[in-house]
Amino acid sequence: MALLKCEDLVLGYDNTVLASDINIEIGTGEYHCIVGENGTGKTTLMKTILGLKEPLSGRIIYGDGLSKNEIGYLPQQTDAQRDFPASVKEIVLSGFQGRLGLRPFYSSEQKKEALANMERMGISDLRDRSYRELSGGQQQRVLLARALCATEKMLFLDEPVAGLDPQVTVDMYELINRLNREDKTAIIMITHDIDAARKYATHLIRFESNEVVTECLKN
Amino acid sequence: MFEKLITYLQFPFVRYAFIVGILIAVCSALLGVILVLKRYSFIGDGLSHVAFGAISVATVMNLTDNMLFVMPATVLAAVFLLKGGKSRKVHGDAAIAMVSVSALAIGYLLMNVFSASSNLTGDICSTLFGSTALITLSMKDVIVCLVAAVITVAVFIIFYNRIFAVTFDEDFSKASGVRAERYNLLIAVIIAVIIVIAMNLIGSLLISALVVFPALSAMCIFRNFRAVTVCAVIFSVVCVLLGLILSIIFSTPTGATIVTCDLAGYLLFLLCGKIRTCG
Repeated sequence: MALLKCEDLVLGYDNTVLASDINIEIGTGEYHCIVGENGTGKTTLMKTILGLKEPLSGRIIYGDGLSKNEIGYLPQQTDAQRDFPASVKEIVLSGFQGRLGLRPFYSSEQKKEALANMERMGISDLRDRSYRELSGGQQQRVLLARALCATEKMLFLDEPVAGLDPQVTVDMYELINRLNREDKTAIIMITHDIDAARKYATHLIRFESNEVVTECLKN
Repeated sequence: MFEKLITYLQFPFVRYAFIVGILIAVCSALLGVILVLKRYSFIGDGLSHVAFGAISVATVMNLTDNMLFVMPATVLAAVFLLKGGKSRKVHGDAAIAMVSVSALAIGYLLMNVFSASSNLTGDICSTLFGSTALITLSMKDVIVCLVAAVITVAVFIIFYNRIFAVTFDEDFSKASGVRAERYNLLIAVIIAVIIVIAMNLIGSLLISALVVFPALSAMCIFRNFRAVTVCAVIFSVVCVLLGLILSIIFSTPTGATIVTCDLAGYLLFLLCGKIRTCG
């Protein structure tokens, strides 16, 4: 059983269909890259799977013991976030919000785990720094550490290297690749970088002008 | 100068004004941090105009207790404005502008056509800019304000982590299974209540100052959420107290004096922030 399955999904706004007949299966440890032109529905697909938008029709099935609050998400940054006064620690900890339950505050285990995730992302020395003073690459690492606090099972990344310079981009890809290889975290990533997609991904989801094609790159 | 202050403080209504002022300062600063960061600063302004409209309607209808009508009307407007800012056809800022001027116009119209008051301009002026002298509050007003303040602070502390998370990144919250809309709704309701209460003290046109200045000032200096929140509360309380004291000593309008103190404080913090980043 796959972690996540989309059946005959149709995406769109109001009455405009963006993409239809989307059938995707995502299993443990797989690495899916979503590629395609702007405006073809890549981000909409991601938001629909995450439950931020309703699909026009079709079904999304969570399987293999994956529950709704075990999904990590690295969204595209908004303008409001760029100058948000928050420390790295505060942001990374907020990854646990879906697992707070009825408790008002984070537990000390969660604080330890957050620190461990900062360590893994190489940002633990930045933990008291303000998010808005960091470089683009550092900010992405913070958001990735936050996503890791939400889950180890499945990460959704929406253009994680947008606006990063070439060296930082390579580092970011390697970091994501390591999570996929070493921790068997399933990755679903939107990217414009087809070369990187072919290099790292196990599966490719191509948004073309009137269809969505899935392709298996390696097993 | 200080004798005047001490004489004044012997009256219970002056002490009430100070208590209510501090409570409102705390609440508006807490909410202000959220509103400023969510880019909703104008919501305070819009809601206070709605409250003005509602007060006019209540006055015309000769209700014995205005609050029973003003409070629900403002809460409804807050829910309408904060909820689904993205899904509606008319977007956030335009919706606020629309609701705000409509309420203002209808309120003024109703007051003009139906009011039996002999000093209509004075009534309207004090609703818009706060009373010219220190307001007279009853024990009941103080208790209402105290209850609202305790609820606001309690909600803010209990939901502190969630409020931070939802304010920073609503999509991430929703994706990890947090019902972000509920927190937005909660915030909307509290804002409406605080605004209705604060209107008496400082007037409906000047309320936004209590919402935006503390948060903006704190952000000039501090770089993390907790410090910004704490600093905004302290800033707000100091400015309101200073404004109240100065307005007594110099017999100036309370609302305008408080706002001027807020502005002065903001400029000071801005300068400190600039010096710190340069130095």
